[in-house]
Amino acid sequence: MADKDVDSITGTETTGHEWDGIKELNTPLPKWWLYTFYATIIWGLGYYILYPAWPWLSGYTLGVLGYSSRAQFVETMAAVDEGRVGWINKFEQLELTEIAEDPELLQYAMAGGRSIFAENCAPCHGSNGAGAPAYPVLVDDDWLWGGTLEDIHTTVMYGVRGDHDEARYSEMPAFGVDELLEPDQISAVADYVLSLSGSGTVNEDGKVIFEEQCIACHGEDAKGVTDLGGPNLTDQIWLYGGTKEDIVAQITTPRHGVMPPMGARLDDAEVKQVTIYVHSLGGGQ
Amino acid sequence: MSAALAATSGANVSIQYNEAFVRKFVIATIFWGVVGMLVGVVIAFQLAFPVLNLDLPWTTFGRLRPVHTSAVIFAFGGNALFATSLYVVQRTCRTTLFGGEAMGNFLFWGFQLFIVLAASGYVLGITQSKEYAEPEWYVDLWLTIVWVAYLICFAGTLMKRKEPHIYVANWFFLAFIITVAMLHLVNNAAVPVSFFGTKSYIVWAGVQDAMTQWWYGHNAVGFFLTAGFLGMMYYFVPKQADRPVYSYRLSIVHFWTLIFLYIWAGPHHLHYTALPDWAQTLGMTFSIILWMPSWGGMINGIMTLSGAWDKLRTDPILRFMVASVAFYGMSTFEGPMMSIKAVNSLSHYTDWTIGHVHSGALGWVAFITFGCMYNLVPALWKRERLYSLRLVTYHFWISTIGIVLYITAMWISGIMQGLMWRAYDSLGFLQYSFIETVEAMHPYYVIRAFGGVLFLVGALIMVYNVWKTIKGDLRTEESFEQPAHVPAGAAE
Repeated sequence: MADKDVDSITGTETTGHEWDGIKELNTPLPKWWLYTFYATIIWGLGYYILYPAWPWLSGYTLGVLGYSSRAQFVETMAAVDEGRVGWINKFEQLELTEIAEDPELLQYAMAGGRSIFAENCAPCHGSNGAGAPAYPVLVDDDWLWGGTLEDIHTTVMYGVRGDHDEARYSEMPAFGVDELLEPDQISAVADYVLSLSGSGTVNEDGKVIFEEQCIACHGEDAKGVTDLGGPNLTDQIWLYGGTKEDIVAQITTPRHGVMPPMGARLDDAEVKQVTIYVHSLGGGQ
Repeated sequence: MSAALAATSGANVSIQYNEAFVRKFVIATIFWGVVGMLVGVVIAFQLAFPVLNLDLPWTTFGRLRPVHTSAVIFAFGGNALFATSLYVVQRTCRTTLFGGEAMGNFLFWGFQLFIVLAASGYVLGITQSKEYAEPEWYVDLWLTIVWVAYLICFAGTLMKRKEPHIYVANWFFLAFIITVAMLHLVNNAAVPVSFFGTKSYIVWAGVQDAMTQWWYGHNAVGFFLTAGFLGMMYYFVPKQADRPVYSYRLSIVHFWTLIFLYIWAGPHHLHYTALPDWAQTLGMTFSIILWMPSWGGMINGIMTLSGAWDKLRTDPILRFMVASVAFYGMSTFEGPMMSIKAVNSLSHYTDWTIGHVHSGALGWVAFITFGCMYNLVPALWKRERLYSLRLVTYHFWISTIGIVLYITAMWISGIMQGLMWRAYDSLGFLQYSFIETVEAMHPYYVIRAFGGVLFLVGALIMVYNVWKTIKGDLRTEESFEQPAHVPAGAAE
């Protein structure tokens, strides 16, 4: 172009065009930019030589490293399984009490149990077994279905009121809605239940009703019958709340929690690990 | 030739460009921007405090999240692209719009209808469940009509141009329009269940569907949020700086490399999945090779200020634009880095991705849009200047602090999350449960939400400033020129 248009500030030529007052400088490509661009291309070509890359109709270039993410995954998992197999065998063969007496196995069970608990149990029972309203606390020494290793193992394995033939099962009669008791009788027995754990005075009418209706499951001393899943009523631990209103509600229209059979999603060794972990949380029996 | 050019340039004054509809697009950009950012703030707080889901199906995170993403990408970003592309193409072609004001109005109302149809569907639970392509078939068909009209309008205007060459901004706008059309058609290929029902089934299945979705998803970023906004940058940065574009050659090389390479990068969204290894390799390597082509735009944007750096001190609008290009540079470095499989195995599925997206969306897309809107409003409403440049400065700093809080919170939260997921104890058991990682992220979610609030406050300052400007008010305020140069006693 004969008449060169040079930008006075940079001293660089423009392309000679102008759009709505905008011109363009004819600055060459920055060298560092161009060479970095080339370097990334060369790196890409190198990668294609090493790894699976270009497809054709019936396959693709495999790359000289023979890499496959599927194979890498299988190898990694195999290595993990190999490290675990010795442990798992012991867990499968030994009784719970034997495992609990072996310091090494106990340590392994506690580590595995913590991890299994966090992923499978914590959603209902809370992080570290702290419980939630209507979901039992596992860090106390109050056990609805028994707190020995064997008891906990059965509960974990088959669940409660769930979809398994051997699930723990109990059902409290609906004294109110089924008209087994009158509302004033329910009120009286609720007062008596409260007095069992030291709240208020003993309601004599309630006591009579309690002895007629409740001791079969909650026990003559009201300390619960774990074989039947009857909760202890003499402590301050309440699954569905400990106010009079809560207790009246439970007697009138009882709520019943459900726990899935964890044996359906955990293997034997895992159930044993989490049993030992839960047993340790609140002082098992 | 330059004599001829000068003669024709003089004719600029007499051309009555179609601008009334562009004004509508500008208002819509700002309106939807505020809506999208507000919903973003709401869902950020929902993540920190789940009670804010309100236990109603219409207000749950799952339904509001696509409202947020579509509102900011398609409603805010889309209206900004319509406004700027159709404003720029007329001026750089020295011709009026193909189809005239009527075409502009059809595009405006057609696109707003699309937005309302899409958003109402999300809230009611009508969705294809494809990220950024959630609208069902009836909305997709309507958008196709609007988009084809957009292409005809834009290409028609280019064809009747009075300039011998097509300006670089228009290459980017055209690439954006054509590619988005292609992506939209392929990814949304679906069979409706009935003519009167909203439900449809996508024709792609399994890993092919995943690949199609992320070919679409990544190029929505590449062509909608990158190429289109580079078009904006190529007109408004040299305009605002009153300087020539730094390098014509760089613009050619980086345009063609960007266009060619971006389309391959989608598989990096599917690392370590059922996608075959060879496709993962291609996605990753093309993402790395894309790094310099992306940076070509940053170099051209920033270096256009050569000889005008002092304007950054006195022109907060230019500051918005330059900061946006800097964020663009940062995001387009971070993106290729995250596409590397080793990095991706840590970063993928974590908040790091969210932080990355927002450094691009808030830093690049929103900032360049704010800059362009501040440039456009006085130009379109024929005002001497904005109501207040001081308010632009407040907007700039409040938003910048908001972005910094947002992305640093997400970096920390995301990397922590990734590390917690892969932590094992000495016996090989997972160290943390999923819920423990969620608990650990809570403080960062609060910080992120607060960053979002700041960004929204900045946008509301813009609303006030724009409203006063359109009204025709001028705020009396000190200029940004150095007061030291003013002789004593000369003030007032």
